[in-house]
Formats: sequence, structure tokens, C-alpha cells
Amino acid sequence: MYEDVMKRRGEIVKRAVGVDYSKFEIEGVAFDYEKMMKEAAYSLDEIREIQFETQVGNTPLVELKNLTKLVRKYSPSGKGARIFLKDEAANPAGSFKDRRASVSVYHAKKKGYKGVIAATSGNYGAAVASQAAKRGLRCIVVQETFDSHHVGQPEILEKGRACEAYGAEVVQLTVGPELFYYTLKLLDETGYFDASLYTPFGIAGIETLGYEVAMQMKEREGKFPDVVLVTHAGGGNVTGTARGLKLAGANETKVVGVSVDLRGLHMASDRDFNRKSFTTGHTGFGIPFATFPDRVDVPRNAARALRYLDRYVLVTQGEVFFTTEALAQVEGMMRGPAGNTSLTAALAMAREMDEDQIIVVQETEYTGAGKLPSAQLTFAKKMGVVVKNGDPIEEDKPGEVIAIPESIEQVAVIEYPIEKLRKSYFKEIVKIYGKREYSDVEMKFMSEDTHTTFEDVKANLKEVLELW
Amino acid sequence: MAKRGDWVKVHSIVLKAEERSSHLPEDTKKVPLEMWINGFLAEDAKLGENVEITTLSGRMVKGTLVEVNPRYTHDFGEPIPELLRIGPSLKRILEED
Repeated sequence: MYEDVMKRRGEIVKRAVGVDYSKFEIEGVAFDYEKMMKEAAYSLDEIREIQFETQVGNTPLVELKNLTKLVRKYSPSGKGARIFLKDEAANPAGSFKDRRASVSVYHAKKKGYKGVIAATSGNYGAAVASQAAKRGLRCIVVQETFDSHHVGQPEILEKGRACEAYGAEVVQLTVGPELFYYTLKLLDETGYFDASLYTPFGIAGIETLGYEVAMQMKEREGKFPDVVLVTHAGGGNVTGTARGLKLAGANETKVVGVSVDLRGLHMASDRDFNRKSFTTGHTGFGIPFATFPDRVDVPRNAARALRYLDRYVLVTQGEVFFTTEALAQVEGMMRGPAGNTSLTAALAMAREMDEDQIIVVQETEYTGAGKLPSAQLTFAKKMGVVVKNGDPIEEDKPGEVIAIPESIEQVAVIEYPIEKLRKSYFKEIVKIYGKREYSDVEMKFMSEDTHTTFEDVKANLKEVLELW
Repeated sequence: MAKRGDWVKVHSIVLKAEERSSHLPEDTKKVPLEMWINGFLAEDAKLGENVEITTLSGRMVKGTLVEVNPRYTHDFGEPIPELLRIGPSLKRILEED
């Protein structure tokens, strides 16, 4: 049964996504990414129209004056950049994921599909369910929810509730990557559209976010932001936002990816599953998806973070809970913890930057039962994780210790060198494609895909192949 | 006893442990892939019986009846002592000026 469905994967996905990916293949490793984005998806103007119809986007950009003031208390004289926040929780289902869902659901409706299916334990489920409700399509969301003792991750239980509230059928599974097997079975059974997170639709939908950040800042301060911080998981948020910034002409703006550090926890482990207090925006997705984007449910991933990342930093769970608490207490904004991952990095990075520079944190998400720091930390304690005040970097141990800082001064970032991500990219390519020789066309593609030179690609491949 | 038309939860095994993907960590490999779905019950039934439901997307799904009017079990949690002093201390710093 499992093998049968997996064998028919290509055929099922092709019908369910309606994109003929073979059109974009060039040779071997190489495919035409820009052609795929241009031909398969929609233009920025079309997407703005699609999103306007369903109340998505045009979210407020607010200056976090109190947090900036607090950061400056701990910054050298003349340092302490201004921090702005794009309040994406103002979208209909409460997160930037509405942008991704809006385009997929619009496209599904236009192409005559009767319903949409999304495999996601995150905010994307509620986003697809909400957009499907607006456009009159049926919706099924498949979630990884429980461990083998039927203990559910509170954040995911909440997202399941939200999907149901928007009228979607919610399929709740125990831990395991076979979630994709069951999703394929459902796509095959129903004939619904596959609202995968990684199609050109899902990524193009986020371009409006980067575009709005650039234009709102230009209008308000007469200049583009110096740095935009993006929570990084599967790569879509980084890719779409960076592309949108470029479409607005903000070519000098640096794009920094931020993930919660959950290194050491296995993403498919039944035991580790409920010892994470963050179910997205963490290194379990951030690192593997940056180093081999095509590990997804569609033949080619439209989310390709290495093309756009200028810097990649990690923050700890305790730091994000601190920041979430601070945002509520001094800025009066109660927002979900995972959505504050990049805000956490902003508190640390603003200290390195000049006072007249501008950091934009490009998302927030809704919060509530299951998602609040109180809900997540109560659960963590129940699962045997030690929650304490302390040095959030030194004492942090994913799955064992969450150390919550007591002062903004203790909030810091862990650098994850882009060069290290690139090296892993080449290792993955050699492992997956299993060959020693790469054509000039393939190497040109890899240089674009990793944002390096042709010579760098040659050198990196040589290094990997020597050890292979 | 659940009545026809009641909102219920059903459970089923999607893959037995031995049928699962070969690329799994040891702990996950030992347990089956399980599934829960909510829907409207097709016929009167008792807990533990095999039943059929109509889901919110309109699908007919079979499974073991495990709960009637299934409760959302997540909540807001308890106040967290390790977080409670953050607000007051930040406010004190802001008030210094």
C-alpha cells in the first residue's frame, strides 16, 4: 500500500498541482528557476489584486519604540538601530501564511478544483482553511499532532482547532514523515488541489510582503530598511520576502534569516517530538531546507533560501519566550512565540548597528491557547524539560533545558556561517545526484542557487569530491 | 451511546510498525502511524465500535469510535515564574528616564 502510493507520487502530484515541472528542467542538477517563477505563478500586480480580494496583506508596519529604547540602554554610544515590526497577525487567519495560501487557493478555484489539501502542522493550515472558506472550496489539512502516547503538541492542537473553526477537515497523525504518504492518498482520492508550501504560488504570494516592507518604509522614513530579519524554516519566507524587496528596488537591504536553535533534536523522533517548544521556524527545517531545497513534496522547490540569505543566525527557545513576554509587556502586542523568532534576533543585532539605521522584523503571528509562552512552557515542564532563568546561550540545551534571560543584555545570536550552509549544499548535491562530473550549465545553476561565483562552485565541488 | 449525526472522533491505524518508511529513527520505527479524524456519525454506535463518519470536507471515513463531542484539550497553561519578572523589570528601566 505504502510503496504503491509512493511509486505513483509523480503522477499524483502533477495532477494535483497542475504544473508541468519538466518544462523547466535544463539538465541534471540545473533547472530554470526564474522561468518557473514567471510562467507558473502570477505577477506582483496580479497577486496584490488576488490578496486584496480576500483581505490579505497591507498589514501595519509599527515602530517598537520602547524595545528600541531598552536596547539602547545596553548599546555602545551611537549604536542601537530602530526596530520596526510588520504586524502580519493582522491577516485574516493571523499570520503571513495567508499570503501563501491566497495564491494557491485562488489558482485552485480558477482551475476548477473542488477543494484544496495542505500537509502542515503550522499556521499555514489555518491560512489555507480561511482562504478556502472565502473562495468557496472544500479543505483538508493533514497535521503531525501526537506522539505515540497520544500526547498532542499544544501549538499544533491549537492550529487544528483553528482549521476546524474555518470549516476544514483536520486529519491528525502521530509523528512521522509518512504524513506525505497519507496526503498523497488523499489527493488521489479527492482530486483536490495540492496547496503545497513549496510551489511557485506559495512563494510568489510572499513577494508582496517584502514589497510592502520596502514601500511602507520608504514612504515613512524616505529610505529602505538597512536590514530585514526573516524567520527561516522551509525557506519560503526568506525567498518570497527577498524577491519582494528586490521588486521594490531595495537592492541594498540585507536579508538575515533567523531560526530557533533545536540542533540535536531529531525531527522524526517520537520522543523528541514533544520536547520541542517550537514547531516551526527552527533549525530542524532551516538547515536541511537551505542546504537541499528539493527535499520537498513537489519536484522543484520554489523556496531557495541560499539564493537570498546575506546572513543566518540562531536564537534559543528561552530568548524567544523572553522577547514574546517583552513585546506584550512594553509594546502592548500579544503575539505568538514562533513568530517572534526574528524579533529576538533584532534585540541583539540592533546593538551592533548605528542609531539611525533601521531593522525591520517582517512578521508576527496570532497567539492564544496552546501557543502562548505560558501554554508552551507549562507543557515543556510536564515533558520533563527544565525551565529556568539563566544564560540563554550557555545554559540552553534543546529538549532538556530552556534558559530564559532576565535582561535584554543577555539576548544574543549564534552565528551560523552561510559558508557552512553552502558546503553542505554541495555535499547534498553529490550525495543525491551521485556523480563526479558536472557540466558548465549545472555549475552555473549551482552558482546562482548558492549565490556564489562559478569558481567557488568548482572549488567547493572539488573539495567534496576529494572526500567522496 | 452515540447517536446518528453526533459530532465524534474516530481513530485508525494508517500503517503498522512493520509497514512504515524505512528511514525512521529507532523510537518511531517501533510504533504504528495512527490517525484521528472528527466528523458526523453515520449510525448510532457505542464507543469502541467500528463506525463511519462524514467529515467537514464531506468525505466518508471509517474508524473506531473513541470520543463523542471531542473536547479541545489545549489551554493557556499556568503562570510561569521564570517569565513573570520580565515585564516589571523592563518597565522599571523605561521609567528611569
